[in-house]
Amino acid sequence: MSNQKNHAELSKIFNKDEDRVNWHDETLWWVRQKRDKATHAIADWELLRELASQIKNNVLSDLDAYLMQFEAKAAENGITVHWAADAVEHNQIVKEILDRNGIKQMVKSKSMLTEECHLNDYLEEHGIDVIDSDLGERIVQLAKEPPSHIVLPCIHKKKEEIGDLFHIHLGTEAGMSDPQVLTETARLHLREVFLTRKAALTGVNFAVAETGEFVVCTNEGNADMGAHLADVHIASMGVEKLIPERKHLGVFLRLLTRSATGQPITTYSSHFKRPRKGQEMHIILVDNGRSTQLGRPDFRNSLKCIRCGACMNTCPVYRRSGGHSYHTAIAGPIGSILAPNLDMKDYADLPFASTLCGSCTNVCPVKIDIHGQLYKWRQVIVEKGYGDRKKAAGMHVMDWTLASPSLFNLAGKTGRWILKYAPFAVNNSMNPWYKHRDMPKPPATSFTEWFKTNRPK
Amino acid sequence: MTVALFVPCYINQFYPNAAIATLQLLEKLGVNVEYPLNQTCCGQPMANSGYENLAEGCSKLFTDNFEGYDYIVSPSGSCALHIKEHLHPSDSPDATKKIRKSIYELSEFLTDILKVEQLNAVFPHRVGLHQSCHGQRGLKLSQMTELTAPPFSKPEKLLKMVKGIELVELSRKDECCGFGGTFCVTEEAISVKMGKDRISDHISHQAAYITSPDMSCLMPMEGLLNRQDSAVKVLHIAEILNSR
Repeated sequence: MSNQKNHAELSKIFNKDEDRVNWHDETLWWVRQKRDKATHAIADWELLRELASQIKNNVLSDLDAYLMQFEAKAAENGITVHWAADAVEHNQIVKEILDRNGIKQMVKSKSMLTEECHLNDYLEEHGIDVIDSDLGERIVQLAKEPPSHIVLPCIHKKKEEIGDLFHIHLGTEAGMSDPQVLTETARLHLREVFLTRKAALTGVNFAVAETGEFVVCTNEGNADMGAHLADVHIASMGVEKLIPERKHLGVFLRLLTRSATGQPITTYSSHFKRPRKGQEMHIILVDNGRSTQLGRPDFRNSLKCIRCGACMNTCPVYRRSGGHSYHTAIAGPIGSILAPNLDMKDYADLPFASTLCGSCTNVCPVKIDIHGQLYKWRQVIVEKGYGDRKKAAGMHVMDWTLASPSLFNLAGKTGRWILKYAPFAVNNSMNPWYKHRDMPKPPATSFTEWFKTNRPK
Repeated sequence: MTVALFVPCYINQFYPNAAIATLQLLEKLGVNVEYPLNQTCCGQPMANSGYENLAEGCSKLFTDNFEGYDYIVSPSGSCALHIKEHLHPSDSPDATKKIRKSIYELSEFLTDILKVEQLNAVFPHRVGLHQSCHGQRGLKLSQMTELTAPPFSKPEKLLKMVKGIELVELSRKDECCGFGGTFCVTEEAISVKMGKDRISDHISHQAAYITSPDMSCLMPMEGLLNRQDSAVKVLHIAEILNSR
């Protein structure tokens, strides 16, 4: 997704409706509180995070070997393994599999990787119809919008808006917004889809190198419904989704949903190991920038991410700006450290869309130092020349002033004088601070001046 | 005991009372305070904007001013954290290393080094404590709600020593105020919204004052409060600990 969009502008638009911002913030804060409750119920939660972090560090340190082990085991199990260097290759592989089987319609369960690769758009352009079967995904698909959250794709939509969409697309009564009725409607609509689609694509939450199996976590059972009824099952996974052994699932499955929604575990944690008789099972291992990120020492451990979304739910900026303000498939703090790796120019704004409060780092179940990486991305982006040019001039002036005690004292004096005698020079629309906030009241002297008078040597 | 006082640039220029209170409080507790007169800034405004390279001048000046002290105390968790994590002038690595170890935010210096157990302060008002993120999550001045770990709070421990004070419970104990350095102007809409939400948490719990170990969080909150003609005031924690 390339464009001139930036987070500050998009957030400003989102904030035109303050009631909506309050509602969005409260909704996600409620999820964060559910997460807190669930994590506090586990005595060794912090130990579990540390363990998960170390397992993932081990995977990243030996990723090539684990990938080859996984490939060999999966092939032994009868799964066809494909490798995709980037999004384009991934999309082509999916299309080739469908073409070979003469399939024009596919059902897809939640996969952020396919969002990252813009698979739906690609297949649509080639005359293949894709229906997302996760309820939230289906809703944003009907609205022709990208998901705004990796776990809660339509969290930005109110039930009345979903009712309107269902009225237009699924024939519900006008004005009907009862969640039970809407869900039942979606259920019947999707049941028909599951029964008629010959191909199903799923994401992958964890792939086990030891056994060549993969695990897909859903709350709706939609991945299973799709995969079990289809002749062709395609699973798309980022290469970082590996874990060494099956027993490690005991760590990650405990962490994933507690972090995401506060549930002890997803309703369905489905293991796929081999195709059933007569079924084709494919797995596509996708790089799409991941090995580049692996080669960046400061940012490599962002690949530990298990896509729980906890950093979004806790982020005070995300909660008040909405997922679409990040103009990338993966929003929020984690998206802001992943996206610049894919395109430093288009996503130069994202590492700056944070106050560096650090809450994201604390909730991360695999202990990614998210806010530390946001700080480091800022340095890289400026160094590579993708920073805000207007800011650069100001920064130079600031540096001259602050590196010189006499200039600093003079500037301070001038600033205080202006605030006192010529406040109109700063209290105007040119000053973004002043739009909603008063300037500090100027004191008579600086501390340094006070000190010289009151503590003479 | 001799300590060097580091007064952040914006406190020096706009909130001298916070620095005066810090100085007087330390002196009251028997500390010999030295104030290097040529100090300016820790360099954080540039570094957080991605211009760590431009903060070199500040870093060097900081090192020249504070080299050799065993304790450097600052009434700002955010600036202290920046020195601890990011001070790195190229030509004097040993001095830098020592400074990074010697820098303390005021409340942690009082609880951990001076081991203050009582204060002669009186402040008979309802007060909301704003947990500033850099002090809290960076310097670990208090336990964070995200973690499953025993609660503690150095600033709160000190505030509870003040006679007459009534600390209010907040709905969101440790949510960010939205300042974030240049974020407060580059992301003005979100920054303002975060600040508004923070002050309304304090106001709805009938706080008469909002305090914090970081004036930089209180500054935008004060700007919003004044714009709303609110009677609620902000005070740096040193001003409350030093009150009588």
